Amino acid sequence: MESQTKTPAINLPPVYSLIGKHDVFPEMSHDETARYNFLANLNRHLSTVVAPANKIAFEKRVQPNFIKENGRDFQTRDEVKEAIKHDSQYQTWAALRRSQMEMRQQAGRSMTLRQAEDLAKKVAELTAKSPNTLILNENVKTPYYLEIMDNHCMPGSYHTELFEGDVSNAANYDSGLFVTSGGMLGKLTDGGGKAISSWVISNAPNFKPKRILDIGCGLGHNTLPLATAFPDAEVIGIDTGVPMLRYGHARAVALGITNVKFMQLNAEDTGFENESFDWIQSTMFLHETSTKAMQNIGSEIFRMLKPNGLSLHIEQPQYTPEMPLFEQFIRDWDAFNNNEPFWGAMHEVDMTKWLMSAGFKKEHLLQFGAKSINDNEDHTKPKPVEVEDHGRTAIWNVFGGWKK
Amino acid sequence: MINDILLSSNKAKGRRPYFLEDKAVERVLNITMAVASEVAVMHERLDTIERLLGSKNILQTYEIETFTPNPDEAEERQRWHATYVARVLRIVQQELEALQQDPENNRSMEDIAEELGRI
Repeated sequence: MESQTKTPAINLPPVYSLIGKHDVFPEMSHDETARYNFLANLNRHLSTVVAPANKIAFEKRVQPNFIKENGRDFQTRDEVKEAIKHDSQYQTWAALRRSQMEMRQQAGRSMTLRQAEDLAKKVAELTAKSPNTLILNENVKTPYYLEIMDNHCMPGSYHTELFEGDVSNAANYDSGLFVTSGGMLGKLTDGGGKAISSWVISNAPNFKPKRILDIGCGLGHNTLPLATAFPDAEVIGIDTGVPMLRYGHARAVALGITNVKFMQLNAEDTGFENESFDWIQSTMFLHETSTKAMQNIGSEIFRMLKPNGLSLHIEQPQYTPEMPLFEQFIRDWDAFNNNEPFWGAMHEVDMTKWLMSAGFKKEHLLQFGAKSINDNEDHTKPKPVEVEDHGRTAIWNVFGGWKK
Repeated sequence: MINDILLSSNKAKGRRPYFLEDKAVERVLNITMAVASEVAVMHERLDTIERLLGSKNILQTYEIETFTPNPDEAEERQRWHATYVARVLRIVQQELEALQQDPENNRSMEDIAEELGRI
């Protein structure tokens, strides 16, 4: 009898030309677009074909060998990390994935750096249309946890300005999210912000926030959906990265969103008044801080939140003792290999304890799952089977609470 | 003006991890993947040209698919392939030559330098 192997349907990423462009978006040549198409497909191939074999190699070789040598199973994900290092399948995947991430940075930066001066000019023109909604403060320094390495292997990270007004890395970040996420975050890579605002609208229909704060907003791709969903609210995005704020502000002006302000502030100590916000949001931000910073941010959020106010945080699922060590290891991979070193520690924090130490009461805490709202999906076509690529899928864990 | 060519390939702050046993192999892998990317880019550009020519009724894809070169053209094309593959696999050929060479023709420069300094 012939054995039949089930081959999953070919799952193609959306073509790059589907990306939502706006007036501050970098100009892209035919070949630069093609390069992104290649990278999105390489990424998809690695995550659907090469990455799943890591688990097979782990179960067939790495784990049995470890048990044979040590007379026991793995006890920590560090042991898994150490043992799998020597497996050729893992080495191939890891070397290719690191290479892909570096190529993605190179492709985006070569495209934005060649037009860095034009981008700065475009941003300045759009800023002039709404000068009061961008508030920079040179006294706000780049925090140590961002200074110590370049996040996501983006040379220069969020804060470097090659010249006054340079936004080339912000434009690179904006253009490349579509590639690294395989378009899962939608045309304007705002799937996270859309998911959280739609959760709030359906689960707290009587909640009418007047003032919303998005901390660590970056270029505001997840801030703008909050402003759109709550047009009567004043939305403020804060970050320490000046190029991100400049670009994000110009992007908001270009997209015609007027109820949003961008401010250069550190979330650990914002200077905002006590009880001045109805909703304080962070989206994929906490894992880019540090243990102490997270403590400070928690207290600062509680201080700034009005009574009956809401705070929500989008991250990947926390590591729990029930999560298999291999999964923990693979989720932790980007921490070490895509320059997100706090990722592992952050995903081990007991969020209930963190929120309670900030001042939230246990009975008012929230935790739920959220999935990106993606306008790139063609809903007329059958959906291909999704292959789990731990930590790289747009399915999130949301935690937070009401201040009561 | 900034040097966008060098800046584009900057290293990110933080030590780069290597995964293959031999760093040299990983270096070559990275170069190969970059070249693979450029082949894909070129392919997409050619595809655009073919489709544009088709839409202007200058050339249809089936004409490409059914094209048969005459004997001279065929030889020219085969020669191109042979040149290309030999160029790409240069180092393999050189290592083979080294294996087959009389050891006298494959001495190290350190060895020769020592001899020339002596004689």
